[in-house]
Amino acid sequence: MAVKEAAAEHGAGLDSGTHEGTYSGGLWSWITTVDHKRIGIMYAVFAFFFFLVGGLEALLIRLQLGSPENTLIDPDLYNQLFTMHGTTMVFLAIMPLSAAFFNFIVPLQLGARDVAFPRLNAFSLWVFVFGAFFLNASFLFGGAPDAGWFGYANLTSTQYSPGVRIDFWVLGLQVLGVSSIAAALNFIVTIINLRAPGMSLMRMPLFTWMTFVTSFLLILAFPAITVGLVLLMFDRTFGTSFFNPAAGGDVLLWQHLFWIFGHPEVYILLLPSLGIVSEVIPTFSRKPLFGYPFVVYSGILIAFLGFGVWAHHMFSVGLGPIANTVFSATTMLIAIPTGVKIFNWIATMWGGSLRLKTPLYFAIGFIAMFIIGGLSGVMHSSAAADLQQTDSYFVVAHIHYVLFGGVIFALFSGIYYWFPKITGKLLSEGIGKVHFWVMLLAFNLTFFPQHYLGLHGMPRRTFTYQEGLGFEAMNLMSTAGSLLLGFSILIFLWNVLVSLRKGAAAGRDPWGGATLEWAIDSPPPHYNFRVEPTVHSRDPLWAAGGLDVDVNDPAAPEPHMPSPSLWPFILSAGLVVAAAGAVAKSLVVVLAGGAIVVVSIFGWAFQPLER
Amino acid sequence: MQDFRRPLRSALPLLAIATVAILASGCGGPFPQSALRPSSDFATSLDDLFRGIFFWAVIVFVLVEGALLVAVFRFRDDEGRREAKHVHGNTILEISWTIAPAIILVLIAVPTIRTIWEVDRPTTDPDALLVEAVGRQWWWEFRYPELGIVTANELHVPVGRTIDIRLTSADVIHSFWFPRAGGKRDVVPGHENHLWFKMDSVGVFPGQCAEFCGLSHALMKMELVSEPAEDFEAWVALQQSPAFGTQEQPTEPDPGEPVSEEQEDPLGPELRAILDAGNQAFMQSGCIACHKIAGTAAAGVLGPDLTHIGSRRTIAAGILENSPENMARWLRNPAEVKPGVLMPNMNLDEDTIRTLVAYLESLK
Repeated sequence: MAVKEAAAEHGAGLDSGTHEGTYSGGLWSWITTVDHKRIGIMYAVFAFFFFLVGGLEALLIRLQLGSPENTLIDPDLYNQLFTMHGTTMVFLAIMPLSAAFFNFIVPLQLGARDVAFPRLNAFSLWVFVFGAFFLNASFLFGGAPDAGWFGYANLTSTQYSPGVRIDFWVLGLQVLGVSSIAAALNFIVTIINLRAPGMSLMRMPLFTWMTFVTSFLLILAFPAITVGLVLLMFDRTFGTSFFNPAAGGDVLLWQHLFWIFGHPEVYILLLPSLGIVSEVIPTFSRKPLFGYPFVVYSGILIAFLGFGVWAHHMFSVGLGPIANTVFSATTMLIAIPTGVKIFNWIATMWGGSLRLKTPLYFAIGFIAMFIIGGLSGVMHSSAAADLQQTDSYFVVAHIHYVLFGGVIFALFSGIYYWFPKITGKLLSEGIGKVHFWVMLLAFNLTFFPQHYLGLHGMPRRTFTYQEGLGFEAMNLMSTAGSLLLGFSILIFLWNVLVSLRKGAAAGRDPWGGATLEWAIDSPPPHYNFRVEPTVHSRDPLWAAGGLDVDVNDPAAPEPHMPSPSLWPFILSAGLVVAAAGAVAKSLVVVLAGGAIVVVSIFGWAFQPLER
Repeated sequence: MQDFRRPLRSALPLLAIATVAILASGCGGPFPQSALRPSSDFATSLDDLFRGIFFWAVIVFVLVEGALLVAVFRFRDDEGRREAKHVHGNTILEISWTIAPAIILVLIAVPTIRTIWEVDRPTTDPDALLVEAVGRQWWWEFRYPELGIVTANELHVPVGRTIDIRLTSADVIHSFWFPRAGGKRDVVPGHENHLWFKMDSVGVFPGQCAEFCGLSHALMKMELVSEPAEDFEAWVALQQSPAFGTQEQPTEPDPGEPVSEEQEDPLGPELRAILDAGNQAFMQSGCIACHKIAGTAAAGVLGPDLTHIGSRRTIAAGILENSPENMARWLRNPAEVKPGVLMPNMNLDEDTIRTLVAYLESLK
């Protein structure tokens, strides 16, 4: 099987492999767009903006903790910052960054012209955008949520959290849940129905597979937190007592509901990254993914087991030895499929011909850091050992090794890998590698000492610590690391700006990729594939002779695409108006928001798909 | 590309130094609150378990990261000199690397489950000393129901005797954590939790709330005073006595002896004056609404029991050393020390504060 190397082979002839006009048009064309590529780009831009916001919050947290009994940030602001840092990074940065890749890449990998429901896709985007700004608007109206991203009852009751801060959180998360569920359903239908002829499930690219699995996780996990949020909303708004122990409610009910969502949520954040790495490693090893079915099945198994481990967040709650034994065992089981994935990636590189380009750097960095996060995860899967670790900085270190060392490294790998496809320009390799090394060093400087901090007895979510406990040096190191980490993100932004202006033209296939997105122009024309490809193997572009049709055939008629629509934008705005009314306890505003929703649904339903 | 490789190479020593610094950052000490310095049976069994798991983690870490690095360096081929061999998988390998981690997990699970059943069940020691710990925003109340003692933020225990702690909350969820006495147990409103341990060394061990419980969560600290049996007995005897200055009040005239009008106050007139003035200030400044001083009219239950406040090592839940200056600072404006504290600023004038401090500090 000969592997094609040069971009020129796919883009042979007069065609430069670059398509002009995909992103032309003014602001209006972006607000009304239903094109999955534009929606993906907007997801990425907004998510990256909130990644910077959440990062800034983290920097303020670290500055406060840089020295003992520091008074830079008062506890009231500190509690808002760590709550919003967690909430922002989970719901407004990592999830939508993954969604950006789902949107842009999955239809291309499937050989499709768009997602199954383009307008619903725009709706998901705008609900996310409005919901995200709504949640952050709380900073301007009496303060941001301050009970932690996990919002444990009964601290969230009106007795212990009066005011509107928690209401913003309760309604903001419900709005964001609408976005996630709509997007997940859209991608499930897209992946089931819009695969190119010949692309059986077991021929799907791994990233598409993991998107598929993640989408199921989303629609199964979000109802649990939605139930919890609705009960909490009733407690706060109508005086019910679901979580009020004084009136027979149970504060632990919240913990169960939250973590039945919350642990699968970890895999919602992680699985897309596992998919990205499973694309990048074969491409740059010039070798198909080792053990494809095992990598697929282990992803499914991780997702399935993820629903049976929630109480490992509650080992210190006092559930008793039986529950703690069971949840220890199920949690340990997850290490097996996770290990299988790691071994298969290493085996993919083994015997390969590694081209150490920036995407591969980040993918390798991901594996190296994710191993550490996985091993500390096994340490707290042991319910008894976890009694010392839970709620300490050891867990802060663990989640950052999984979500930053793991997910963020993998997302950067994906950005460097697909940026040429998305923009038509290559990111600078030189700046990219500097970005990688600075980020790797800074990340470890920030988070590795936190393992020790936790074991030496520093609890998390504390706005200060006293002198004499021995926490000073490790905290200072962590703070210094975090500033460097912030700097590494600036290096990346610089790379993007420089490369957008004078980056090398990418052509169709700068990396010699195996999957369908590399067969079309960069950026792709708005209809993606002029001619529908047929797939005969897992790595269609690596097959001898390549694709059997010219997917870019200019002689073929230009496909018709759905018309733009403003209704998804208006409908999303209506939802957030209603949520704002609920926070303000104003029935009039809630009804106004509801009216906008109803009118837009009708407008949407009666607007023809194609003009 | 080439321009960037050279600075990276010359940065290697820097990276090596950074790696060593990062790995060594947890050394030093003395770390009085460290879970890695167990001082009880509970803490020791968790520490043993952790060390066992850590051993396996290091082995897996070295093997897997090693394999990753070997793969990267051995198969690096930026110029594309070699053609990669297209292998699609190997079932024997897949089975082996499924089973190998499974075996290691069993080796971790067995001691884990043994330890869970050891520490998660109620104590069977008939000699155990029962202590009730009540979590409150943001301080700890400790009650010894068998001994009739109520105190705050300072848990005295005899070394070598099992302590059975019954955990309840008066408001939101807290978590009871003395790392050197053992693991955490959450303090959950509407639920009763238990935790037990037997200290194996004498000393003062810091601890603090480990579940986010609102504004001043970081300031909800406490101390564990583990002492020899006789010291503990002495402490118990002191705590059981009524408040200082109250026990000398004549109760009933003894019919056997003639009542002397000029019976001398054993405290001396100076101390008595302080006590009287302080007592008066305490009773009149609203303190009694929340605080109790046994033997006086102060019988509040919302705040810490102050009967023997003068004997405690710290005030404000382990945040301030118990000194007249700190007590005065606290009385001047409690929220300045502990934001959000329930105790209001009583707007006391400096004279009253001086009197109150002298009075409170005398309550040994």
